[in-house]
Amino acid sequence: MRQFLDFEKPIAVLEGKIEELRHLSSEGDINIADEVSRLQSKITKELTQAYAQLKPWEKVQVARHPDRPKITTIIADLFTDFIPMAGDRNYREDHALISGLGRFRDKPVAIIGTEKGHTTEDRIKRNFGMVRPEGYRKARRLMELAGRFGLPVISLVDTAGAYPGRGAEERGQAEAIARSIQACLNLKTPLISAIIGEGGSGGAIALATGNRVIMFEHAVYSVISPEGCASILWRSADHAKDASEALKLTAKDMMALGVIDAIVSEPLGAAHRDPDTAIKNLGDAIANELAEVEGKSSQELIADRRAKYLKFGSDDI
Amino acid sequence: MNWLSRTVLPKIKALVSPEPAKETLWIKCGSCSQMIFHRECEDNWNTCNACGYHMPLSPAARAQLLFDANSIESISVITAEKDPLGFRDRKKYSDRLKEARSKTGDDDAISVAAGEINGNPAVIATFNFSFMGGSMGQTVGNGIVKAARQAIQRQAALIIVPSSGGARMQEGILSLMQLPRSIVAVEELREAGLPYIVLLAHPTTGGVTASFAMLGDLQIAEPGAIIGFAGRRVIEETVREKLPEDFQSAEYLKEHGMVDMVLPRRDQKRVIGSILDMLMSSQPAKAAE
Ligand SMILES: [Zn+2]
Repeated sequence: MRQFLDFEKPIAVLEGKIEELRHLSSEGDINIADEVSRLQSKITKELTQAYAQLKPWEKVQVARHPDRPKITTIIADLFTDFIPMAGDRNYREDHALISGLGRFRDKPVAIIGTEKGHTTEDRIKRNFGMVRPEGYRKARRLMELAGRFGLPVISLVDTAGAYPGRGAEERGQAEAIARSIQACLNLKTPLISAIIGEGGSGGAIALATGNRVIMFEHAVYSVISPEGCASILWRSADHAKDASEALKLTAKDMMALGVIDAIVSEPLGAAHRDPDTAIKNLGDAIANELAEVEGKSSQELIADRRAKYLKFGSDDI
Repeated sequence: MNWLSRTVLPKIKALVSPEPAKETLWIKCGSCSQMIFHRECEDNWNTCNACGYHMPLSPAARAQLLFDANSIESISVITAEKDPLGFRDRKKYSDRLKEARSKTGDDDAISVAAGEINGNPAVIATFNFSFMGGSMGQTVGNGIVKAARQAIQRQAALIIVPSSGGARMQEGILSLMQLPRSIVAVEELREAGLPYIVLLAHPTTGGVTASFAMLGDLQIAEPGAIIGFAGRRVIEETVREKLPEDFQSAEYLKEHGMVDMVLPRRDQKRVIGSILDMLMSSQPAKAAE
């Protein structure tokens, strides 16, 4: 059963009509082909219109859509021979953070990503994609390994943010994020980062301090959730919509602000309507970015990354 | 909200209340309510002589506390683009900046100074929590990069004294980008073989803890300082569990292995001086690692 967002309501109605027609025609021998194709083209038109001018708050809903392609799905589609690697060798395995080795278009790479989970049970196991310190420490372990063996790292980010919990704080959530960013910066091989759905604050930048950063057309990337921002600055989470506009969190904004290097286009009606096309586009975009950094030495890659992040501020320090 | 009214609100009030009319005023301790004569309070670096409670300390006083007498040189920080997003909540960001500037007399939430500690060259970057909660935007990032570069140029130690609610929301994603940017600054310093000490003042949370502030060669915290990534209220709402009274306090962090020591102000110069004496006694280590 497809889940519809508020602004997709007219589409839900049209799809309902098609369903009804199909049901009727199965009972009698009415010819519904014409009517169905008329409704289909209306759906296409509605989708095109709706998705061409999504407001930031609608983008937030799309980015969080439960059917948006998950990281495990993306890994299964884009990488072959994927070998998952578990644990931070210190405390425990964090199921919110996936890491492992695999081949991307035949070339060996290391992969890290945040997984929100597919079913209710899986979501609980994955902690809804909110990573704990041990997850970031696992990511760091993998980056160090990738650096030693010359493997590029692909990071795939879809997280509301790092997990705010008692144990997470006691085990140094802040330190774990800081060290993960440091590991990204010091990585000796290329790091290509992709924001898939939600790029939630420190929990996202911990994995996305890449040489090249790309982002899905309807993904969002922000220093704080619109709800969190609204409750602090507007004193009420009811202003999340206002905050989503003020924060400038869309892929277009990220491009204009120099935070990302490319936008990955999504199929009509966004990635959740056609995950295969979305994932294929993502694969092509990752290949493009890898080609951009291919052949660079470790020093060049590290220097590039430093220059990339130093530029967010005045340069004549 | 028991903890909030008991520990945070008095501190915030102390930060926002106008400068007392000198000579006459007594200051009420935010923790034990003891009335302290303001001179006595200043002589004790804004700590309560009855209970040891650490009140906010201005960057200028912090420099006086840590540096050797007559060695302090102020270092200017370039102000970044005022309002890169044209941010507006109930107020315009540009107006909030103006207010904070007229209230504090500072350009932004960070001050940088150079000098000597026990004769060891040092650069200190200090956050001012009374400037928009010490939040980190592009100008604060400028201050950290500047402090690290000045330290390298002077072959000096770097000391950062954070006191911050985290990233500055009004600069959106550009404030998040200060996390990697500030870490690049720290990495440059490490490569120059110079010591980096973080002196955590109350409160240090969010994106500031998740970047340069947790990467010191030594992590020192002030007594009672609240230090953490997520706020107490957010955690309580998420886990629906009562947290210990002293959760995220400097002392709690020390017990959990997150800081090297909890150091009252009266000991800070002596201990940091000794640390620098030892770390800077030999030729600067060549690019570590
Ligand atoms: Zn007291």
